[in-house]
Amino acid sequence: MLHIVQTALTLGCVYSLVALALFLSYRVLDIADLTTDGCFVFGMALSVSAAAAGHPILGILLAVIGGGCAGFVTALLQTRLGVPSILAGIVTNTGLYTVNLMAMGWSANVSLLKQSTIFTMVRDTGIFGTWYQLAVVACFACVMMLFMRWFLSTRLGLSIRATGDNMDMVRASSINPRFTIAAGLILANCMTGLCGGLVGQMQKSADINAGTGIVVIGLASLIIGETVIQGRRSIGRNILACLIGNIIYRAIYAIILQTRILPIECLKLMTAFIVALAIAMPTIRENLAVKKRERRETVN
Amino acid sequence: MLEIQNLSKVFNPGTINEKTALNNLNLSVKEGDFITILGSNGAGKSTLFNAIAGVFLADSGKILLDGENITFQPDYKRSKYIGRLFQDPLKGTAPHMTIEENLALAYLRAGKSFDSFSRISKKDHEFFREQLRMLEMGLEDRMNTQVGTLSGGQRQALTLLMATVVPPRLLLLDEHTAALDPGAAEKITALTKEIVSRNNTTCLMITHNIHQALSTGNRTLMMADGRIILDLNEQERADTTIDELLRRFKEGAKEELDDDRILLSD
Repeated sequence: MLHIVQTALTLGCVYSLVALALFLSYRVLDIADLTTDGCFVFGMALSVSAAAAGHPILGILLAVIGGGCAGFVTALLQTRLGVPSILAGIVTNTGLYTVNLMAMGWSANVSLLKQSTIFTMVRDTGIFGTWYQLAVVACFACVMMLFMRWFLSTRLGLSIRATGDNMDMVRASSINPRFTIAAGLILANCMTGLCGGLVGQMQKSADINAGTGIVVIGLASLIIGETVIQGRRSIGRNILACLIGNIIYRAIYAIILQTRILPIECLKLMTAFIVALAIAMPTIRENLAVKKRERRETVN
Repeated sequence: MLEIQNLSKVFNPGTINEKTALNNLNLSVKEGDFITILGSNGAGKSTLFNAIAGVFLADSGKILLDGENITFQPDYKRSKYIGRLFQDPLKGTAPHMTIEENLALAYLRAGKSFDSFSRISKKDHEFFREQLRMLEMGLEDRMNTQVGTLSGGQRQALTLLMATVVPPRLLLLDEHTAALDPGAAEKITALTKEIVSRNNTTCLMITHNIHQALSTGNRTLMMADGRIILDLNEQERADTTIDELLRRFKEGAKEELDDDRILLSD
């Protein structure tokens, strides 16, 4: 039981960074940014490769910068070259596959054996006992959540929020929407890269396919969080929803892994199902209400 | 202060839907002018505004504002000194942001250096409150309300305030009261006149209401087929009756007056 709680909290905290990134791109900017999968691996590859060379802290920094660069490419395609937003993400994602291989020295995976990571550095201080992983990722998650809360109320943050809300109004306020979209996508992918970097050092390996489905899992936990804490009301609740949703998702995941209620192979299908259902829910509810009313009023 | 020279714009050139929206149009606006613009649907009034605001690039011609050539300047840069209101009250505000946040964005136009990482200060808050109070709609006590929950009239009043909180050099009003109920329309019209006269803002206003066109501002233009066919100054307006105006409009437009298309109401 304790193990399930520990795993759920640790993975929930670390993957909440992806949910936070998707919150920024998907909810705030209203752009489905499919750079996420490749960007996650890019962060992971950079961070693990740097740690393998003996620079774990630099690795995390590189993961953040690398993610930001990936976001910049997507933003460039979209805002300057007129590539539709979904396609821009897919194109970057495809290109990243090669870049990721390159970052891992042209091999499909890199493992850390005895090299130190930021996690082993904290473990060796001995302060947190067996909870050292959680301590590290919780620290990152908290800092990023507070940062986002602050950032979205600055003038640049307000401009980014308005860009997703009413682009005409943004132009009328002398803000360049190309700039705000680029800023938003870069920041979102910095967080995705950071998440990849942390996960890589935590599991001591990077794999070229580690990013598959990250965007869907991130969306699933974002939506779970929003449903559970009624999170669409304020920015603060929205940000908290990213964390809560992720912890819940990872708890379910951990329970399935431990108890084997479902074969593990089914997990991706389940995730896809949850996401589809959650996004479709308002439409389904509306259709049902109309049908119900129609039945009632034709009877009378 | 605004000089428009030989401005032309053709939509869908070379196709069956080809439409000359602006036809070699010339217009000169003096500082402090308040010009009303009449014309049937498709006369090119909104196209003219779009060209001035920079929504698209005209096919040919020049636009000068205070002597500066702004023909090739992108729209978001022009919005620093050109304010604009649309018929649709939903267009000018961000619905999921609060009244205060909307005002803060509009107020960005005041900043000489875009201070990206500053937040709304106490001083800004008090300033916005003061500005909202002038609308006399009680919005100053609802600054944390999401704009999407306001009525059309309230949203248009807020949009008007946002467009003028940093006084623009030129204000474009595109039938901005047409979608409102009569009470709200009257209120917005009064507010517009008050704000424009207080700042002595140069202003262009499109309207389909012929009385409003003749009683507002100091000059009235009539457009048809992408041209200005009638240009009345204050004195000429005072001497013109509505019947006279319609007759001259017919002459100018050289077409049968079609009531369905003209949609001039009194």
